[in-house]
Parts: sequence; structure tokens; C-alpha cells
Amino acid sequence: MKPAPPLEVRDLKMAYGGFVVMQDLSFQVQRGEIFVIMGGSGSGKSTLLKHLIGLNKPAEGTILFDGEDLSEAEGPARKSILSRMGVLYQNGALWSGLTLAENIALPLEEYTTLDAEAIGEVVSLKLALVGLRGFESFYPNEISGGMRKRAALARASALDPEVLFFDEPSSGLDPITASRLDDLILQLRDSFGTTIVVVSHDLASIFRIADRALFLDIKHKTMTALGSPVELRDKPPSDEVHRFLTRTSGDGPSPAPPQVTGRNALQSRKS
Amino acid sequence: MQVDLRQTDQALVVVLAGDWKLDLPAPRFERLVEDRAEGAAIRSVSFDASALGSWDSSLLTFLSQGLLYCEAKGLEFREDSLPENIVRLLELARAVPEQEIEPEPKIVSRIDRIGMRVIAAWDAFLVSMAFVGAFVSSFSRFVRRRFRLRWKDFWLVVQSNGFGALPIVGLIAFLVGLIISFLGAVVLQQFGAGYYVSYLVGYGMLREMGALMTGIIMAGRTGAAFAAELGSMKITEEIDALKTLGISPVDHLVLPRVLGLFVMMPMLTIYADFIGIIGGMIVAIAFLDLSTTQFIGGLLTPIVLSDALLGVIKGTVFGLIIGLSGCMRGLQTGKDAGAVGQSATSAVVTGITLIILANAVFDWLAVLLNF
Repeated sequence: MKPAPPLEVRDLKMAYGGFVVMQDLSFQVQRGEIFVIMGGSGSGKSTLLKHLIGLNKPAEGTILFDGEDLSEAEGPARKSILSRMGVLYQNGALWSGLTLAENIALPLEEYTTLDAEAIGEVVSLKLALVGLRGFESFYPNEISGGMRKRAALARASALDPEVLFFDEPSSGLDPITASRLDDLILQLRDSFGTTIVVVSHDLASIFRIADRALFLDIKHKTMTALGSPVELRDKPPSDEVHRFLTRTSGDGPSPAPPQVTGRNALQSRKS
Repeated sequence: MQVDLRQTDQALVVVLAGDWKLDLPAPRFERLVEDRAEGAAIRSVSFDASALGSWDSSLLTFLSQGLLYCEAKGLEFREDSLPENIVRLLELARAVPEQEIEPEPKIVSRIDRIGMRVIAAWDAFLVSMAFVGAFVSSFSRFVRRRFRLRWKDFWLVVQSNGFGALPIVGLIAFLVGLIISFLGAVVLQQFGAGYYVSYLVGYGMLREMGALMTGIIMAGRTGAAFAAELGSMKITEEIDALKTLGISPVDHLVLPRVLGLFVMMPMLTIYADFIGIIGGMIVAIAFLDLSTTQFIGGLLTPIVLSDALLGVIKGTVFGLIIGLSGCMRGLQTGKDAGAVGQSATSAVVTGITLIILANAVFDWLAVLLNF
């Protein structure tokens, strides 16, 4: 029997009260894939992410995590699903009252039986992997925005999750720091085989990291494209996708975006 | 800023001249046309901008009014003789938004409004009950050692509501003791019963004012702080980060705070009682010529343990109320800049209202049970 994909969305409808945000969303994310959810501002990308990570309940449809319905799961079953996912929020969302070490230790304390010393070692390793060795005792407000994002990534990956979600990882970062974060995302996937779902409207980042991308069309309130970003750019299924991926308002010349995508991006960058 | 109208056949030409600036009074398009071209059969409106000077949003506003007027009257709005940059801006202004906003259903009748408010109040009550239920469930799990309490947060609350709160609680309690004693001195002396002022001060502080004033101070001080702290965490998605880790915000954030206050409130109440009685004693000694021994004797003879116990029980329950209302309002914080302030205010109002209500219920029960 074919194993269930790590994440599957079936006929999802998202709504706030009577206001429908998006509907008829169906897609699968494959294991070890970097899947980008893209769309214009206000198109419902972050709302979709909140549904995927279980913060919002679908108005209709199901979201399956390894074949299990997160929105229906309760108690230990829900905790088991949540322990297999990590989330990097737009502003990091590090717990401001805790040091970086305590931030990363909390999920380990919650879900493992490791003693304090072992947890400390894992914390140091996770911080070292994101280039923050030695920052264990710093509080989130004592480090820069880029460092906060990396620390948040260390926390999100503390339990070595199967699926990592990123909400606008490059927002508020300068191009170099954003590019380093892209490197980290690619490294996580290549080294650990982590499935990665990214919400983004940063074209440079999308073309660099995405294996496949989904386009949310604000006008039609549904997804109108699914495929590799390069394919979608070269053969856009709609004007909105074309305009989004070529960064044009509809009547100007299109800048040429980078050619390297997905799995080969990090390798290409290194060479 | 000059504007004139010229009519040719069935076309109205609006002649624009001079500088159009926001700091100059501008005419309204529809009023100008209706005053000056009343009764004229016109089918289109065009413009002559050959003498137009510099301009800003003042001119654009005037032209937008013209555009809306023409749409309403079914007239042709001819912009071909306007400068190109103005035409482009007008196009932008009338562009169809990329996302249509569904209008909110209008509530027309007063009964509808009353109904909506009743439903909102009922929903708020249910949310409050759900929160209290979540707290009780969390406390039960804590007692059964199902999760580890954040003792660091607990001790921080104990510290800030222990030593940190002593000066303000002491000051207010001292002043309240003085006031009760002054009141007693004035009234009781008229009946030659000035000696009983110590009974009044002791009874008043121990049963009522010690717990009540401590509760009100702590609602303003700690309840608001809890709401602001959790509200900020909500805005920065720290609460969401806990939820997606499968960690209950009630277990992790609410329980240590409420327990910390629950532990400290009885001690603060006893402290307030003591300081209030000292305040009352100073007035009694100074104005009623009572000695310290007489005051203490007059206090200890009629006062019984249940008087002090009632105040301490009240203080403990007030601690629960303050902690729960502060944390609940914090977790209900919205997303805009003013939301944290609103939550803090709401926490104080809710806390004080419930404290006074609970105090009344306690007094009624005490009378009923002869406590």
C-alpha cells in the first residue's frame, strides 16, 4: 500500500464567519519536497498556513497529516501530530520571557524524556546549526531580527519534525540575510529530508527554493496554479500567475528571474 | 484657482485656470454645474485646461466629483483635453478593487440590535465559562502531575505580588484605617462611645476593607499587567507558537500566574489588615486620647477569629478572580495596536466588578450562616 503523503488537503474551504477566504483547495505535499504557497497580499496565504498547522478549523474539507485529520484529532493524538511538525512564524514568535536556550529546550522538555544535561547539548547543537553558538543565554530582544528568525528556526526544528512550515521567512530581512535563510531551508531538506511548506511572495526566494508552488488567486478565491515555479512562469495558466511571477502589473516588460530552482539550488550555489 | 463654464451645443466645457491647491477653497463640482447650467440640456462634460497652473489633490478631488456626477446623471465625462498625468491619476482612482468586499448585513430594527447584543453577551459568558473550565481542567492535571508547572513564572508572580506590592498595599491600607478611625471618632464620640473605635477599625479592616482594598489595588496592578503581558504575546504570535507545539497556554501561562496570585493574596490581605489597624490606632491615640493598651484591648475583646478568617478567604477568592480575569482578557486580545490597552482596561474593569460582586455574596452568606 502506498504510504500517505505527509500533508494532504482535500476540498478545503476557509471562512471567517460568513466571509469565504478561499475554497476548493486540494493538493498534496510530497515527502522531502519544498512546497511554496504563493499569492498576493491578502490572498489568504497565512490563513491557509493557520489551517495547515491546526490553529484554524476548516469551514469544509479535510487536512490530512500522514493520513490523520488534524482538525478532528484530540488529546494525545493531536499532540502526536503536532510534535511531528515545526513552525517558523513571520516574526519568529520566540517566547520573550525565555532565553534562546529555554525557547529551544521547551519542546524537548515537553515531548522527550531527556535529562537537563542532554537537553542542553541538543540545544547547543541546534543553535550551532543556525550559526548562533554561544547565544544560549541571550533573550530574544537582545539579538537582531535575522538572528531571531534563525533562533526560531532552531526551535521549530528542535524535535526534528517531519514537516516544517515557514510563514514569510524573508519578510523584514535584508537580501543577504534572506538568502542565508533560504540556504538553511535547503540544507534542512537536503540533510534531514524534512518536508518543507513555505508561505511566501518573495519571488527570488520562491525561484531558489521551491520544488513546487501553489498560487492562491484572490480574485477567484481559489488556487489557480500548481507546479514548478519555472514551469508556471514559462507557461502561466492565468494572467494573474503570469503577472505575479514576472512581477508586472500587466503591461510592462518582465524582468528575467533566476533559473535555478528547488533541489539543485544549493548545489548550484556552492559550485 | 478659477473655474468657469461654457456651453457649446449639448456639451458643457469646464474651464480650469490658475493654481489649484489644497489650502485654497475649492468649489464642489455638482453645485457649480447645477447653479450655473441649470435647465441646460447637456449630454457631455469636457474640460479646457489650457490656462491651468500648478495643481495638487484639490483639482483631482474636484474632477472626481465631476466623474461621479456624470455617472449619476448619465453624462459623458470627456477627459481627453486634460493633461495626461491627471488622466492617469483619475484612471487609478476609478480602478475596480482587486477584491470585492462583501457588505456587512445591515441591522435595521431596534429589536435586531437588542438581539445581537444579547447574543454577544451570551457568547461572552460562554467564552468566560469555557476559560474557567479550561483553568479547572489544567489545575486538575497539575494536581495529578500530568504536566510540569512553569515554576519560574510562578515565583516571578510571587515576587512581584509579594515584596513588590507591599508599599502600595501598605499605603492604601494605612489611609483606609485612618479614614475608618476618623469616621468612628466623629460618630462614636457623639454617643460617648469613642472607646469602641478600635472595634470599628478592627471589624471593618478584617472583614471588609483589608481584602476589598487589596483586591482593588491588585486588580489595577497585577490584573492589568497579566492582560498586557499575555496580550503582547498574542500579538507577537507567541501564544500560537505554544499551541502549535501542543502546549496549552492555560497550562503554561495562566496556571502559574493565577496560582502565584492565589498564594500571595491571603498574605497581602493579612498585611493590609495589620497596617490598616495601625493607621486607625494612630488616629484613636491622637484624637480620642486612647492609650495603645486601651485600643488593643478594645480590639481583641469583641473580635473573633472568624472575622479575620472571612477577610482572608475573601482575599484568596479575589486573587483567583484577578488572575483569571487578567489572563482571560489577555488571551482574548485582538490584533491592532490598541488591543493590548483595551485588554488591560477590560481586565481591570472585569476584575473590580467581580470583586465587588463576590464581596457582596460573601457578606450575604456570612449573615445567613452567622459567620
